[in-house]
Amino acid sequence: VSDWLCAIDHKRVGILYMLSALLFFLAGGMEAMVMRAQLSAPNLKLIPPEVYNQLFTMHGTTMIFLVAMPVLTGFGVYLVPLMIGSNEMALPRLGALSFWLQLFGGVLLYVSFATGSAPSAGWFSYAPLSENPFSPGPGVNYWALALLMVTAGSIGSAINLIVTVATERAPGMTMRLVPLFVWMTLVTSVMILFALPALAASLLMLLSDRLLHARFFDPAQGGSPLLWQHYFWIFGHPEVYIVVLPAFGMISEIIPVFSRKPIFGYPFVATSSVAIAFLSYGVWAHHMFAVALGRNFLAVFAAASMLIGVPTGMKIFSWIATMWGGSIRFTTAMMFAIAFLLEFTIGGLSGIAFATVPVDWQMTDTYFVVAHIHYVLFGGTVFALLAGAYYWFPKMSGRMMDESLGHWNFWLVVIGFNAAFFVQHFLGLLGMPRRVYTYPDLPWFGALNLISTLGAGILVFGILLFCANIAMSLSFGTAAGDDPWNAWTLEWAAASPPAIENFSAIPHVRSRRPLWDQKHPEAPDWAQV
Amino acid sequence: VAVFKLVLLIAAVVFLVVACGVAYCSLRYRGRGGAGEPRQLFGSIGLEILWTVVPLMIVIGLFVITVRAMVLIDVPQDPASTPVHDLVIIGHQWWWEAQYSPFLVATGDIHIPVGHRMLADIVSRDVIHDFWTPQLARKVDAVPGLNSYIWLEADAPGIYAGTCSEFCGVQHAWMRFRVIADTEPDFRAWLKRQAMPSPAPTGIAVEGERLFQSKKCADCHSVVATESQPGRGPNLAHIATREFLGGGIARNSQASLALWLTDPQSAKPGNRMPATPLSANERDALLAYLESLR
Repeated sequence: VSDWLCAIDHKRVGILYMLSALLFFLAGGMEAMVMRAQLSAPNLKLIPPEVYNQLFTMHGTTMIFLVAMPVLTGFGVYLVPLMIGSNEMALPRLGALSFWLQLFGGVLLYVSFATGSAPSAGWFSYAPLSENPFSPGPGVNYWALALLMVTAGSIGSAINLIVTVATERAPGMTMRLVPLFVWMTLVTSVMILFALPALAASLLMLLSDRLLHARFFDPAQGGSPLLWQHYFWIFGHPEVYIVVLPAFGMISEIIPVFSRKPIFGYPFVATSSVAIAFLSYGVWAHHMFAVALGRNFLAVFAAASMLIGVPTGMKIFSWIATMWGGSIRFTTAMMFAIAFLLEFTIGGLSGIAFATVPVDWQMTDTYFVVAHIHYVLFGGTVFALLAGAYYWFPKMSGRMMDESLGHWNFWLVVIGFNAAFFVQHFLGLLGMPRRVYTYPDLPWFGALNLISTLGAGILVFGILLFCANIAMSLSFGTAAGDDPWNAWTLEWAAASPPAIENFSAIPHVRSRRPLWDQKHPEAPDWAQV
Repeated sequence: VAVFKLVLLIAAVVFLVVACGVAYCSLRYRGRGGAGEPRQLFGSIGLEILWTVVPLMIVIGLFVITVRAMVLIDVPQDPASTPVHDLVIIGHQWWWEAQYSPFLVATGDIHIPVGHRMLADIVSRDVIHDFWTPQLARKVDAVPGLNSYIWLEADAPGIYAGTCSEFCGVQHAWMRFRVIADTEPDFRAWLKRQAMPSPAPTGIAVEGERLFQSKKCADCHSVVATESQPGRGPNLAHIATREFLGGGIARNSQASLALWLTDPQSAKPGNRMPATPLSANERDALLAYLESLR
């Protein structure tokens, strides 16, 4: 145990990140199931309204800060050194510190449940609702302090990843040759570095208001409630891409290997990520379209928000073109990657609908948004993570995951997810606002909500099957060997699982697919370009 | 609505292109094994440009439509002058109040004349709310310290459902309201009726009126529609004529009203009304008084 507690090896820290994220994922999922049960029929009274509000606050905060960010950081910390042919992260102690800050931030947040005062102002904690007069009790303080710790941890790991990519690459590996997952992790880390301080600043202002009687958000004293929204969303929208870009990176590794072709248009896939990163800092006010901010102001943000669809579309088409003319192997990892393409496209397109301001003026803060974010974050990020788990599990454990359990896992998740969330588009169109603990018995409301709840139940079974598959494969999986997928990037040149020292000899890299060059000396990549 | 249909159409077409691409690749290029590696293709600049420019065109078109629709829907802004509004709509935790000028307030139900474009000033007394009547107007946030203007207009008489659409605390779910569109004469008649006092109470309702004062109900609740008390409990003028109570949480009936009097926290958990100990007789007297407010 003390081996793990004191671990500074990037592989151990990475696995700690992933395991803690998995535990919080199960907690956040349970919170969601209680909410879905409460919403399964109109006017139910299974839980009191205050508890419902605590649950959706904790669900959102957990899934974003304690699941999506850490699990992606975990994959980054685990894979980046292996992919760039390095034996360690550049700053291993900072890596461990970042993890423990992150973990204890999460623990602090959950301690609030034990005190009976979990935060209930939403994961976005809009002022003045989150201020003392309207949220008395320590709940919001727990929330803000926990997130400050998580923020510090995220910034630490981001710095670590940036320095690692900048200084630890194998000889010959220029930035034009690093794998796309590394590219996306780098872009994400830079985004974290510029977005998270805005969150930290707003949390400090909120804590000052609550604990030191400052007046940042009180209009009666010259403050402004909109100040919170501007700060929160200038962090909050880049945050969406922070939890999506590394997923794009995973897809960009998995689709080529199982299509047996190199990624289509590498420079475009890499550059479009940089474009997304830049644009993502100019779209925050699209979360505030319902505030009367002035038409010209809104139009600028509408334009930027629509533009961000273009580089995202480029990626989708590049992935399809990678499959085109390939020789596709339908492993569970590839099936999740293909499902990702479809589910994420739905989430992206409903996003464009929201950038259309008049549509937003009706649909914002309805269940249409709930559907949209879940198609992006679950259909996008989680599907990619499941693909990534099936793809890299053999490297991390030395054993294969069970494919037939994997297929069950896949179909339960796909069916459950779409049943749970597709109908929420219709609920939004019918006028059901989000964040309500119950609803009147209006036409269709009961039926659609029931379908959604049943879908969520199926989804839970799918996720539990995934956990079971991991647990069983750890002990009973067939041995994987170093390179079970016949892949091309450097992590597959290391042992499975890699030794403390990843590579006994650091390879010299001449192309984007060093292992292809090794396996096909008659037609190496570096001779092509 | 037209804009939404167009966006939906574009989205459907794009999704179909992607889905067909994925399905075609999945079926056509299914690996048969043993055939060696397929041809290694690294990219095509022409194709990349094509799928950058085409979406860019779509997006530019969509932007033009967006701005046009915004101009059509939104109240024009003239920074030089404050708009002259027809009514002020106030969000409270967790009920809506409409203030007509000159002073006349209504709770829960907001009446407007058909075919007349009412300029509404949306404000909040506590936290951020959002005023949303899907069939009549865009939604707009009610932000403390800020005046936000929308046009409220109905083409046909009827009852239009509305709800708060920004999370505002414990009872956000029950911050519903109705906009009732009347013909012009009906609207005038309604205004007149609201302004008139209710008939004087009789029987035990007289005792109820006395209790209403002595039990301090009147500290927060007015019973005269022409008197507004910002930031306190809802105005109870003509409460007997209302169809719903507490932002839609219950129908207005003797039973639900009695629950509000005796145990407000179980009538609507979290609301701001303190519990007042009442004997059964006092409760009946207060009920009779409230029932007399027609």
